Amino acid sequence: MIEFTMPSLGADMEAGTLCDWLVKPGDKVKRGDIIAQVDTQKGLIDIEVFDEGIVDQLLIKEDEKVPVGTVMALIRPLGEKAVPTIEKPAAVYPVAEHIRASPLAKRIAAEKNIDLSAITGTGEGGAITKEDVERAAGLKLSAAAEKREQPADSIRMAVAAAMSKSNREIPHYYLETKVDMRHLIDWLASENKKRTVKNRLLPAAVLLKAVAKALAIVPELNAYWENGLQLKNEINIGFVVSLHKGGVMIPAILDVAHKSIDEIMALLSDIIPRARNLKLRSSELSASTITVTSLGEGSVETVFGIIYPPQVAILGFGSITEQPWAENGMLDVRPVMHITLSADHRATDGQTGSRFLNELKQQLLKPEEL
Amino acid sequence: MNEPELKQTILKMLKKVAPDSNPETLQPDDNIRQVLEMDSFDALQFIVALDEHLGIEIPEEDYGKIDTLNKLIAYLKQNMQKG
Repeated sequence: MIEFTMPSLGADMEAGTLCDWLVKPGDKVKRGDIIAQVDTQKGLIDIEVFDEGIVDQLLIKEDEKVPVGTVMALIRPLGEKAVPTIEKPAAVYPVAEHIRASPLAKRIAAEKNIDLSAITGTGEGGAITKEDVERAAGLKLSAAAEKREQPADSIRMAVAAAMSKSNREIPHYYLETKVDMRHLIDWLASENKKRTVKNRLLPAAVLLKAVAKALAIVPELNAYWENGLQLKNEINIGFVVSLHKGGVMIPAILDVAHKSIDEIMALLSDIIPRARNLKLRSSELSASTITVTSLGEGSVETVFGIIYPPQVAILGFGSITEQPWAENGMLDVRPVMHITLSADHRATDGQTGSRFLNELKQQLLKPEEL
Repeated sequence: MNEPELKQTILKMLKKVAPDSNPETLQPDDNIRQVLEMDSFDALQFIVALDEHLGIEIPEEDYGKIDTLNKLIAYLKQNMQKG
């Protein structure tokens, strides 16, 4: 039997509340299917399953908050026979004999975990009716909703927790370089001239592709630090999306190395609005192997990021600005971008970081080859 | 489409692209992207929406000509007449 557990959607997540099961026992599921929705500090997240089989048992009830790693459901691999199971009795409040309530009211109270002794019945002779129980259940739900934090506040707290952990535990080192972006800007403009409005590219798509290519050459930065350095095969870039109401979401653009710039652009167009609406899938929140933050035009020139653990590096792209540029003994004005690398000194040294930044620079100087 | 209708259409599209912003508070000469805190992705979505709703494809080199409401309305009116 395969155990389906509450996933960790980042270093800052300790628990999640199951909102909805989207499957029932007996349903067939395959890798990538969304089977539940879980409320986290980062919003309501669609949780995917990573195995194929038949849903055998759902062990967690809706509205239940459980720690990361808790078994939520059992999935029977295809071909394996079903084993009859004894259902775990639901925790119910003991019903005192003297409480007068209709059988239906008792059943609903048991299902919803409502204490009948706390309800005043409005039925005949003071008996508790179905309506009384439902009213009490509604009060319980609204009290829970009142307690729930606003999404913007909870995202702030999630960012705060992850960044504090990073700052406490990771010895960062910082490197910076500058790139002449004239050729890349001209190339992008000529590419976009050939395209319809809908298919135009943004610089971010080109930057992500260049990062993936440089990581393929210097893979030490595409890694986790978990009991030592663990290199990752797939390059999944967490792209920082700032939310208009404050805070950030960092969805992963998966397997960037094997995607074209157009495919990366299409993924960004899909994922950015979903990130802003807090509608991401579990794999998009947990799969990043490195993070990229791009401040975009009109912003400051340099950003030094804080690593998102257990990753070992974060890249910062500043705004492109016109600057004096010396080359071959001549002074000119060029569109220049500052690129910074914040890296984990437990995992790599400045020499590796420097090699990576130089490789990235070379990639950006030849965008037509990306 | 007259000028007030065009303005309303633009504001509606801006609201769709940047739902947390208040486009109705935009002054005619405000820089749209700066005031509504739109990033390059939002800006591209807005250009796509203008193309889809009004059939006007704005080339990248004209982005500088449409940075305020006044300039955008004038640009669109001119191009709608051409079309």
